[in-house]
Amino acid sequence: MTSLVDGLYRKGEPIRDTKAPDVDITKMWTQAKFDNRLVNPANRRKLSVIIVGTGLAGGAAAATLGEAGYNVKTFCYQDSPRRAHSIAAQGGINAAKNYNDDGDSTYRLFYDTVKGGDYRSRETNVYRLAEVSTNIIDQCVAQGVPFARDYGGLLDNRSFGGVQVARTFYAAGQTGQQLLIGAYQAMERQVAAGSVQSFTRHEMLEVIVVDGKARGIIARDMVTGEVETHLADAVVLASGGYGNVFFLSTNAMGSNVTATWRAHRKGALFGNPCYTQIHPTCIPVSGDHQSKLTLMSESLRNDGRIWVPKNREDCDKDPRDIAEEDRDYYLERIYPAFGNLVPRDIASRQAKNVCDEGRGVGPLVGDFRRGVYLDFSSALARMSEEQVSEKYGNLFDMYERITGESPYKVPMRIYPAVHYTMGGLWVDYDLETTIPGLFAAGEANFSDHGANRLGASSLMQCLADGYFVLPNTIRQYLADGPFEPVAEDAPEVIEAQQSVQQRIDTLLSINGERTVDSFHKELGHVMWEYCGMERSEEGLRKAIGLIRGLREEFWRNVRVLGAADTLNQSLEKAGRVADFLELGELMCIDALHRRESCGGHFRAESQTEDGEALRHDDEFAYVAAWGFGGDEDTGALVPTLHKEDLTYKFIELKQRSYK
Amino acid sequence: MKFTLKIWRQTGPDAQGELVTYPIEDVTDDMSFLEMLDVLNEQLIGRGDEPVAFDSDCREGICGMCGLMISGEAHGPEVTTTCQLHMRSFTDGDTITVEPWRAEAFPIVRDLVVDRSAFDRIIEAGGFISVNTGAAPEAHSVPVPKANADRAFEAAKCIGCGACVAACPNASAMLFMGAKVTHLGETPQGQPERDSRVVSMVNQADFEGFGGCTNIGECSSACPKEIPLDVISTLNADFRSSRKSQR
Ligand SMILES: Cc1cc2nc3c(=O)[nH]c(=O)nc-3n(C[C@H](O)[C@H](O)[C@H](O)COP(=O)(O)OP(=O)(O)OC[C@H]3O[C@@H](n4cnc5c(N)ncnc54)[C@H](O)[C@@H]3O)c2cc1C
Ligand code: SF4
Ligand code: FES
Repeated sequence: MTSLVDGLYRKGEPIRDTKAPDVDITKMWTQAKFDNRLVNPANRRKLSVIIVGTGLAGGAAAATLGEAGYNVKTFCYQDSPRRAHSIAAQGGINAAKNYNDDGDSTYRLFYDTVKGGDYRSRETNVYRLAEVSTNIIDQCVAQGVPFARDYGGLLDNRSFGGVQVARTFYAAGQTGQQLLIGAYQAMERQVAAGSVQSFTRHEMLEVIVVDGKARGIIARDMVTGEVETHLADAVVLASGGYGNVFFLSTNAMGSNVTATWRAHRKGALFGNPCYTQIHPTCIPVSGDHQSKLTLMSESLRNDGRIWVPKNREDCDKDPRDIAEEDRDYYLERIYPAFGNLVPRDIASRQAKNVCDEGRGVGPLVGDFRRGVYLDFSSALARMSEEQVSEKYGNLFDMYERITGESPYKVPMRIYPAVHYTMGGLWVDYDLETTIPGLFAAGEANFSDHGANRLGASSLMQCLADGYFVLPNTIRQYLADGPFEPVAEDAPEVIEAQQSVQQRIDTLLSINGERTVDSFHKELGHVMWEYCGMERSEEGLRKAIGLIRGLREEFWRNVRVLGAADTLNQSLEKAGRVADFLELGELMCIDALHRRESCGGHFRAESQTEDGEALRHDDEFAYVAAWGFGGDEDTGALVPTLHKEDLTYKFIELKQRSYK
Repeated sequence: MKFTLKIWRQTGPDAQGELVTYPIEDVTDDMSFLEMLDVLNEQLIGRGDEPVAFDSDCREGICGMCGLMISGEAHGPEVTTTCQLHMRSFTDGDTITVEPWRAEAFPIVRDLVVDRSAFDRIIEAGGFISVNTGAAPEAHSVPVPKANADRAFEAAKCIGCGACVAACPNASAMLFMGAKVTHLGETPQGQPERDSRVVSMVNQADFEGFGGCTNIGECSSACPKEIPLDVISTLNADFRSSRKSQR
């Protein structure tokens, strides 16, 4: 065993992706689709795939694999597949259609995505993403997705944070809902056809690995409490992101890391866990009862102007009484080329900076005002109220409902919040994890966004993975079938079942003093404070200690009432929080080891003189892929770091500048 | 603010249920209704009482997972989802009754949680456009007039929450189905299956035990997405014309 680095982790062997064909990047995907073996239609009926998650990634994959004739089982924890968290996406989905002839192309989308991710994503995967992006729009339109259209009946586009072309397709502020309904309907069509079996209110709690290959899952029926075994030839995790480790985030309440974390514990490497996207345009925190933070689509930045008062004394004034010359449109001032459309990490950090300077607006939370204005008055002067309402009406209503103020009359107040996690299970070009037969798609994998995700690019990635990539890459794996059936009572199955049962029994028997939520809130607070918008060596070390202490207390002092054989929401939460308590530590270790600033990871020790993020390509141009490990005596996580060097053949690495 | 909550408690589908009274204090007006229930649950667990089970996920009015009868009204006194209902809509000291959706086709699972899988089965019956992945023509090859696109979008806003059913004295799912039939029927892509879609969906709804529509309109006034009542006219018109075409 190698010795500990920094007292925290071990160094492991380097890894790399060996699946991307060795041809020019523009030919790679075509070549891969050709190289991947075919499975003849008669054999497909003999092959089975489990898909955990029915969001855009999982739902689209289920529909497509079902159409192809495989036997698919899907799982989701909600009461209907249609409620997956993808439904909440507001802003839009990118595609390099160049319908506006404004200079867009596959290559430009590829370039923007790699650059936007601060050169921490894998070129080959991103190029493919840009390449299939156009098919997504065609597919969704054919399903009846009601995208916004202009008077000629053609699709309308807008531009989104971080880019200068209008390549974002949208359906008012409900793009995610409309896309998900499309995928859900396509999936339900396969349910009717008998090729997809949908298990709702089922929570996946373990992966079954037999002979080194993923062969099924253990899931709890959340209504009856029954612990069920589901076997298959391959398993796909499309279980979404883990932003809820922060407790307060824009994620749905049930979003969790359990599916991917259980796989990680079984041997799948976890890539770049510390990369968290903080979204700049959310409704600010108002009190401590809050269960979530609500995002206001970033498309608002197209027409809204962001400012704070120049003078602190003005901060508690009615914004309408602050004269134009006393307003600081700080993004337009610092980044004249991009203005209010700078990427999210930059917009978020600058908002934090002006608030830290004492120029924030809105109510005092602690001794700070945590808010900046997002002002539509100039848009309302330029366009009619009707036009503004057509573009943003539902967002304005949502804001008014939550805050009690109308954005037509008073500028909105916004502040950054945790939104998206770029990290996830490490996958190769085929979206396969380091466990053969276990694939990860959508937000659950780490693959395409590097250190920062641009707007409208996750929906694109989820649907690219689900409709087009995974169904083509999983063929290569399934072509080895038919596989030897796994016995229901194989030792690996029994072991997985028992470990799940034991965990449930333990959680119910502790009967301590503290509620699950109280642990989750405390963890979230530690994560936001020390592993949030800005991280430092000292803070991260402190956080690791705090998380270890909290985890120890959790297993001694949590109170989960009720029984195992019924709907038990505290039990569900307890299992999720237990996994978050381990993930949080790994995120801090990852953040600590990366002594550079990039994208959604800002290390206080690594900044330029004027406070911009400073990357160190010579030392850190790699993906950090962590193997699971722990110290039995102390309960500490002792992960192993495998590096995948990122080589850029088609794009030159540059420091990012939006000035 | 202080409230007296009367909440439906029922340990399982076949158990006897009852309304149990819980006083609650220190509620602020910017709490959502569900955040108020979160606070109550924390207190219940503290006392060793099992928390009240209720469904929710996105907590921003879009997933359709939450849904309660609040003092007899689906989602409560405002036209919104339960997660977006705020305590400022109530008066200090109010007594508030909280019950699950009531409809035969939505059996109770526990406390305030019901089973709405009948909606999935209605969609499964025909609420889709048949197009295999990869088989789609170029998106701009079929223009959609803006008026149709807008109406399709308006109907497509339905979040499948079930408030329309809960509000309807007949527990009818016509607004939900009308929304889907209108959404898909307004697009050129939805035409080939227009007739078969409506017939299959309506048959499935009958099979699931949803009632018929008697034009009372409670569904549309309770709908958090303001799906207009005329989608039901579209549903009926499509249903009639499908029968004609089959004759
Ligand atoms: C408020 C908001 C707005 C957004 N807006 C945009 C936008 O405008 N554009 C954009 O590109 N992106 C946007 N995003 C990001 C994007 O929506 C998500 O990244 C994306 O939808 C994730 O999709 P997914 O398919 O990977 O997972 P999800 O849609 O999160 O689905 C996860 C699925 O996994 C299931 N699941 C999870 N764990 C388990 C388990 N243990 N057992 C069983 N099932 C499980 C869930 O039930 C669910 O079905 C937004 C995100 C948020 C939060
Ligand atoms: S029609 Fe309205 S009330 Fe009925 S399910 Fe849809 S959104 Fe809910
Ligand atoms: S919790 Fe999603 S709509 Fe209320």
